[in-house]
Amino acid sequence: MILERELELYIHIPFCRKKCLYCDFLSFTGCHEDDIHDYVRALQGEIRQKAPEASGRKITSIFIGGGTPGSINPDYIGDIMDTIRYFYDVDENAEITVEVNPGIFMKEGFRIYKASGINRVSVGLQSADDSELHTLGRIHDYSGFLRTYESALKAGYDNINIDIMTAIPGQTLQSLEKTLSQVTKLRPAHISAYSLMIEEGTPFYEKYGEDDRRRKEGLESGHLPSEETVCAMDVLTNEYLGAHGYNRYEISNYTKKGKECRHNIGYWTGKDYLGFGIGSASLFNGIRSTNTKDMAKYIKLISKAEDPAEESFELSRKDRMEEFMFLGLRMIEGVSRRDFEGRFNAPIEAIYGDVINRLAASGMILPSSGMIRLTEDGINLSNIVLAEFLL
Amino acid sequence: MEDLSLIRNFCIIAHIDHGKSTLADRIIEMTGALESREMHSQVLDNMDIEQERGITIKSQSVKCSYKAKDGKTYTFNLIDTPGHVDFNYEVSRSLAACDGAILVVDATQGVEAQTVANVYLAIDHDLEVLPVINKVDLGSAMPDETAKEIEDVIGIDASMAPRVSAKTGLNVEDVLEGIVNYLPAPTGDDKAPLKALIFDSVYDPYRGVIVFIRVMDGCVKPGSKILMMATGTRAEVVETGYFGAGKFIPCDELTPGMVGYVTASLKNVKDTRVGDTVTLADNPCDEALPGYKKVNPMVYCGIYPADSGRYTDLREALEKLQLNDAALMFEAETSIALGFGFRCGFLGLLHLEVIQERLDREYDMDLVTTAPSVIYRIYKTNGEMIELTNPSNMPDPSEIDYMEEPVVDAQIMVNSDYIGAIMDLCQERRGEYVSMEYLEQTRALIRYTMPLNEIIYDFFDALKSRSRGYASLDYEAKGYQRANLVKLDIMVNKEEVDALSFIVHADTAYDRGRRMCEKLKKEIPRHLFEIPIQAAIGGKVIARETVKAVRKDVLAKCYGGDISRKKKLLEKQKEGKKKMRQIGSVEIPQEAFLSVLKLDEE
Repeated sequence: MILERELELYIHIPFCRKKCLYCDFLSFTGCHEDDIHDYVRALQGEIRQKAPEASGRKITSIFIGGGTPGSINPDYIGDIMDTIRYFYDVDENAEITVEVNPGIFMKEGFRIYKASGINRVSVGLQSADDSELHTLGRIHDYSGFLRTYESALKAGYDNINIDIMTAIPGQTLQSLEKTLSQVTKLRPAHISAYSLMIEEGTPFYEKYGEDDRRRKEGLESGHLPSEETVCAMDVLTNEYLGAHGYNRYEISNYTKKGKECRHNIGYWTGKDYLGFGIGSASLFNGIRSTNTKDMAKYIKLISKAEDPAEESFELSRKDRMEEFMFLGLRMIEGVSRRDFEGRFNAPIEAIYGDVINRLAASGMILPSSGMIRLTEDGINLSNIVLAEFLL
Repeated sequence: MEDLSLIRNFCIIAHIDHGKSTLADRIIEMTGALESREMHSQVLDNMDIEQERGITIKSQSVKCSYKAKDGKTYTFNLIDTPGHVDFNYEVSRSLAACDGAILVVDATQGVEAQTVANVYLAIDHDLEVLPVINKVDLGSAMPDETAKEIEDVIGIDASMAPRVSAKTGLNVEDVLEGIVNYLPAPTGDDKAPLKALIFDSVYDPYRGVIVFIRVMDGCVKPGSKILMMATGTRAEVVETGYFGAGKFIPCDELTPGMVGYVTASLKNVKDTRVGDTVTLADNPCDEALPGYKKVNPMVYCGIYPADSGRYTDLREALEKLQLNDAALMFEAETSIALGFGFRCGFLGLLHLEVIQERLDREYDMDLVTTAPSVIYRIYKTNGEMIELTNPSNMPDPSEIDYMEEPVVDAQIMVNSDYIGAIMDLCQERRGEYVSMEYLEQTRALIRYTMPLNEIIYDFFDALKSRSRGYASLDYEAKGYQRANLVKLDIMVNKEEVDALSFIVHADTAYDRGRRMCEKLKKEIPRHLFEIPIQAAIGGKVIARETVKAVRKDVLAKCYGGDISRKKKLLEKQKEGKKKMRQIGSVEIPQEAFLSVLKLDEE
């Protein structure tokens, strides 16, 4: 195994003012200030606890996500950054991102973030249409988003991502185009565009689960945009953003040149990363692990200096080959034949020859002499296509 | 030789659920063959499937002794008979081993079609019949009406019929006395050459075939050289014995009137066919007992291993089941869609289901089963006649002069409220009305001549649902009848799927083809491309549906590098595919192959 020199860090802040109706991420609402305090201290404890493992590693990116990191006192974020800098060797050019949500007064926050070295901000907009925002159960309207965005600009941020969403109940191609137009006018460095998924255990599942099931069977989709519409939304997003100078470099991510999210690319290319906080995942020296999702248990384990990981397993050669493919293909440029051969000491054809031929024949992937990548159809059907690469 | 006047050989006849096994348990318990605490309920039904479904598939017997009120001790041989039309021949052989029969009728349900059929079968074998009215402990019991019905419908005296609850044991003593007083003792000549009837056999891995016999004349003991008159099998007896409750108890010899078993190092139940006569090789009896016939399968279907790598396992499992089940037939066949498997022949649908379940449970075989088919006779223009058990082997229509299909004499007993509904059903299934008699004011016995292929699909379920469970069915093969039959082919993505082909009457072909396409549209998941599903007769498409291509299926947002969760989702996606069969470029779920059976569910 090649000894990794670089390392990414992920920090999970599992708190929100209000849970969006579609969200199934691990986060809590209505927490007492003391709970947040205890959690952040435990988080710092975990960062410290794992530091020896990372000695000699250069931290090339840090991502503070959630939940809503912007919903807690910005000084906590400052504390966390201080702890990281104290115990880890953070590269001077590291990409350091924090996620914020509109609707929370951020002026002071951005100043503190900036001071702590955070150089990238990701703002969850989802839609520029207020009625769609209401449908999603967001706590802000479009003008609230604009205030947050402007605060970030004023604080000196130029590397800003805006999250938008397609397949929202009630969304149309017209309303999506309006969102795209509003967002591109702001000229952010980066835009993420995800399709809404109806996840079990969310209020949306109660409301739209049946429609979603019908849509998956190819029947009428009720309140949800049809598959055809969702596909058309994806095409529109790609074309509109392309025409405005944004290059699609990953299934859901667009950027102006040079502003790709290096942290996420790390996930798709198999870079090592350590996750801190409840439910967060790590890949380190060929081992994948996931922390406990239980808040009280997490705090207790950290206080006893024990490992909060709940699951962990070493990736086999087979696992690594599978991941190389199904993660790597998320990148629009695809996977490199030479990289595969270099890592696994076998030509890609020897392992995936049949799958590649079959998927190429049905127009899902496009193999060339150097790279293998998804086609537009393959992107739309990535769930099916990527599953083919499991051995 | 035992005192014949102290022996009673009898069976119990009852409709499913009327309490046959419970009464048998009670008799066994009360005659001390088993302590009550040793009993698990329904001693005679050994197989798991028998106990779960409350049916008897293999005959079972038990010997017990009863000290009657007259002070004498009697030997009872209770022979439990299979209780389903599929096993009609076995029933008739079990009856031939008896001298009397107990008829159990549920006082809340009354007489059912199958009861009538079996009682007539018993009367045909000159058995005395002792009626017993069961379940009198239930609030809805109508013992007087039931007694009257037995007299009116079956025509036997029910005035002395014990009124019992086999469940609580109430008045079961009266049944035991009734057996002594009303059922005849056997007769026989111990000096005559051996003449014994085989009424069942089971395979035991250590002793070989254990042959169940009723001795009519003569004696048999270890060392006797015996001959099976129909199959010509010769063997030397290793052991003789009788049936304890759930176990075999060896004895020195079997004499006239006795019911017991012999073992003779026989390897296969095929050598000891039910109904055959056992005699001595060097001193045979003049003629065999009447009534032997070779049972032939009525229903065929293809059975394939879901995992094609387990073909050899499936063969071994079928071979083992066949050791114990002479009626099960199989031969290797190949399907383009399903690969290597077996065409299997069964006595009926229940027999088929039982074998499927046993393959699943006892041999852990995951199976794909094709639609059941009957044996069609095809008369070709060149004068040749072929018997067709697999629809895919049907010759080109241009070579066929005409075809015949097997028909049955179906007897349906039904509450008068549902006569209309049941007659409609029989009509829809191409039944030809024969007769109807009112057995009493509220119940009628309807007779139809029906094509067997209309019965083997889902007739029984339809009968039950259209009569709210109040109709019962019995049927008997009645030869062949000319019919306008066609082969319906199913094409998925333009490729014919041989395992989905079936033969159907021309008049219903269009409707079946259409419903088949609709059903398959629901069963086949969407693919990356559009899939046409077509039903065709002789290359002409009569129905079509389309499975739309899937347009959008993206992975959810991958948050915080939680790759393991993503992989689980992809694995789920892949797992679903494993349960599919690849036909050309289309993945068809295994359940789809059975969907032809369930067209009437909606």
